[in-house]
Amino acid sequence: MTSARDLLRSRPEGLCCPEGQFFIDPVRPVERALITHGHADHARAGHGAVLATKETLDIMRLRYGEGFAGTVQEARPDEAISINGMRITFHPAGHVLGSAQIAVEANGARIVASGDYKRSRDPTCAPFEPIPCDVFITEATFALPVFTHPDPTHEVGQLLTSLKQFPERTHIVGAYTLGKAQRVIALLREAGYGETIYIHGALAKLCAYYESTGVPLGPLQAATVEEEGEAPPAGTVVVAPPAAIDDRWSRRFADPLACFASGWMRIRQRARQRGVELPLIISDHADWNELTDTIRETGAGEVWVTHGREEALVRWCELNGIMAKPLHLAGYEDEAE
Amino acid sequence: MERFAELLDRLVLTPARNGKLRLLTDYFTTVPDPDRGYGLAALTGGLDFPAVKPAMLRTLTTERVDPVLFAYSYDYVGDLAETVSLIWPADGGMEAPALSEVVERLSHASRSDAPAVMARLLDQLSPSGRFAAIKLATGGLRVGVSARLTKQALAAFGNVEVQEIEELWHGLAAPYTELFAWLEGKRPKPENAAKAPFRPVMLAHPAAEADFSTLDPEAYAAEWKWDGIRVQAVAEGGVRRLYSRTGDDISGAFPDLIEAMDFDAALDGELLVGDPREKTGTFSDLQQRLNRKTVSRTMLTNYPVFMRCYDLLLLGDRDARTLPYAERRSQLAAFVADLPGDRFDLSPEISFASWQELDDKRCHPPHPVIEGVMLKRKDSPYLPGRPKGPWFKWKRDPFTVDAVLMYAQRGHGKRSSFYSDYTFGVWSGPTEDPVLVPVGKAYFGFTDEELRQIDKYVRDNTVERFGPVRAVRADKSHGLVLEVAFEGLNRSTRHKSGIAMRFPRISRLRWDKPTHEADRIETLEGMLPPG
Repeated sequence: MTSARDLLRSRPEGLCCPEGQFFIDPVRPVERALITHGHADHARAGHGAVLATKETLDIMRLRYGEGFAGTVQEARPDEAISINGMRITFHPAGHVLGSAQIAVEANGARIVASGDYKRSRDPTCAPFEPIPCDVFITEATFALPVFTHPDPTHEVGQLLTSLKQFPERTHIVGAYTLGKAQRVIALLREAGYGETIYIHGALAKLCAYYESTGVPLGPLQAATVEEEGEAPPAGTVVVAPPAAIDDRWSRRFADPLACFASGWMRIRQRARQRGVELPLIISDHADWNELTDTIRETGAGEVWVTHGREEALVRWCELNGIMAKPLHLAGYEDEAE
Repeated sequence: MERFAELLDRLVLTPARNGKLRLLTDYFTTVPDPDRGYGLAALTGGLDFPAVKPAMLRTLTTERVDPVLFAYSYDYVGDLAETVSLIWPADGGMEAPALSEVVERLSHASRSDAPAVMARLLDQLSPSGRFAAIKLATGGLRVGVSARLTKQALAAFGNVEVQEIEELWHGLAAPYTELFAWLEGKRPKPENAAKAPFRPVMLAHPAAEADFSTLDPEAYAAEWKWDGIRVQAVAEGGVRRLYSRTGDDISGAFPDLIEAMDFDAALDGELLVGDPREKTGTFSDLQQRLNRKTVSRTMLTNYPVFMRCYDLLLLGDRDARTLPYAERRSQLAAFVADLPGDRFDLSPEISFASWQELDDKRCHPPHPVIEGVMLKRKDSPYLPGRPKGPWFKWKRDPFTVDAVLMYAQRGHGKRSSFYSDYTFGVWSGPTEDPVLVPVGKAYFGFTDEELRQIDKYVRDNTVERFGPVRAVRADKSHGLVLEVAFEGLNRSTRHKSGIAMRFPRISRLRWDKPTHEADRIETLEGMLPPG
């Protein structure tokens, strides 16, 4: 009799299903990979066969080109797929467009790998669905009780206020290329900001892809054009990958005001260290309350905690009578957001 | 309260002075009375709630949160107030109190009910609001905004001179409603009813701005510019106060001087350490006495202060400020002669017949604690602020040293993509095998073009990175020599070199100079004041 905890285990390549002979989000090329979402540390090129949602496959194709895997298979919502006797289902994780939790079932036991997820509202992707399970593998990026993400509309309001206070300065918003950037833009649109938003070149393809799937982002323009000296007018919003904020790239803008959209901005010292003037606490990962609420909702009797601050969440589970252990998976970027 | 919390959050991350001023004026414009007045009081250090202590906050929190989770969190965040503000279990749905309400509750809290008062506040506020409340309650907002800058924002908000606000300041109290009403043009200027008020000081322009060929040496008096802090000593009707040049009341830190102020007058002068009849101490001696709320007996014995008098603003009930300088000076001389000689003396005048003669004297001052000369037009009245023409400060030329660039750190704001903060060092150790020891850090003095050049140099010569800091190649055969100008040196136990520089800045880039010709630590040690 297989129990849920035997369905998956940690291997150097990543989370492995020995009986099903597949890996979830492997960090090295494998025969068969199931991918939760398109972020580069979860979705790598070079696997034999890839099973993922249509959006994740599209995103991998955008990033790595047509031949990113030997064969691909699309996981449709609410459709069960059988792999070597394992029953596999994909369920929305609310992290970025196309992100999914992966449930693996056999002999009536079910284990769910959450991938990265969040519970707060995001106009750019389907909301997280809690899946009842025996073992829940949760991410732990923000697994400390000090991480409480405020309502993102409040944070976007801060950005709009600053644009009024400093109309002569270009507000450069550092935001992760896939997901965060589009979410920030969509939130700005929801808040009534109708002006052209200027985007870094690294965002162009993904923004166009989001729009093609029916996520309206409003008027966008490239922030950098070929001709030297051409920069967006002062007082506009530029969205760029975080690393570009204090790169030489930002020098072309009018007295740039560095903003950074990330859950890490909850900690003042983090903002200070990065030279961020306007921190925007907008995260695509669950905060402490979302993590603990989700663990309760799944009804899981056992929780495996991975990539992040495992020890705090394990402690919380112990205090709440839930069996828990840290699951050490190599190769994920702890701080990627 | 939330609006005040937001202001603090923005201020602490806004490096530019103008940016801070904008945020402050915006706060005064958009926040109604009385909250903005309490915000003003908090920023100018006018609120004090002795009943709340940091240790109490930790106890309150660990009563509500698992101590292990608290420890993990505190370890990660590194700041107690911030950890408590974030980890405090949210109650949700409660109306957040206004800043005035927070101040009201904290000021009525006794030592015994302070924990309950604080806990209730924390229940009602957002994480950001809690952080502000904790900082407010425990004192020290530490958002990089001085009382002076706050008053400058007020002046900009009301379109008045900052001296007008400084002059009124000590007659006013939180929540400053009559002050705001005046600044908004709704009421006349408040009358200053306070005893022994601060009178805005008269400041000098740098002599570099003066055209000596058109100035008549006969029309000016000269005196030494002493390296202490400028103060104003006011005693009126039994009230005695010592003010800094920006009008901060610093009486509490200098009971020895206050005790000797047995007169009815307002004097302008320099606060120095020592006994004027025997010894004038250095600025680093004086630093022992600065920025303290209270002062120990040992401090008073080892570092007694005195005032070297420059000017007379008030004598008895007569305002002397309208008199010409020469007249004020002779009255001052007579007045100081009767004061206790261990606490007061008269700043000596310098006789000179030509600018050349004065320049010679300036370059060879008779005392190490002199930092230049002051020129004062004999017929000028005492005017607030920095009027152009009557007073000039002619500083001694700065010291310079040739040092080697060792580390560069990225700047802030406009400079965030540039390596603009430079740590430099001089040679130390045996001459045949010297090592560089850092002696200071400078982030100005160069042009924008030079900044671009150094930035490129740093990027091309990086040997190691530590977050925003890069170590730059610097050895006997390779490196960039910077000529660093500074105003003086102090001994320091906090720096590896044992030396702290005052106002260091980059005066020249010595692309031409080989690194092994940079200065040695002994050169700097030779410039240290005795002691």
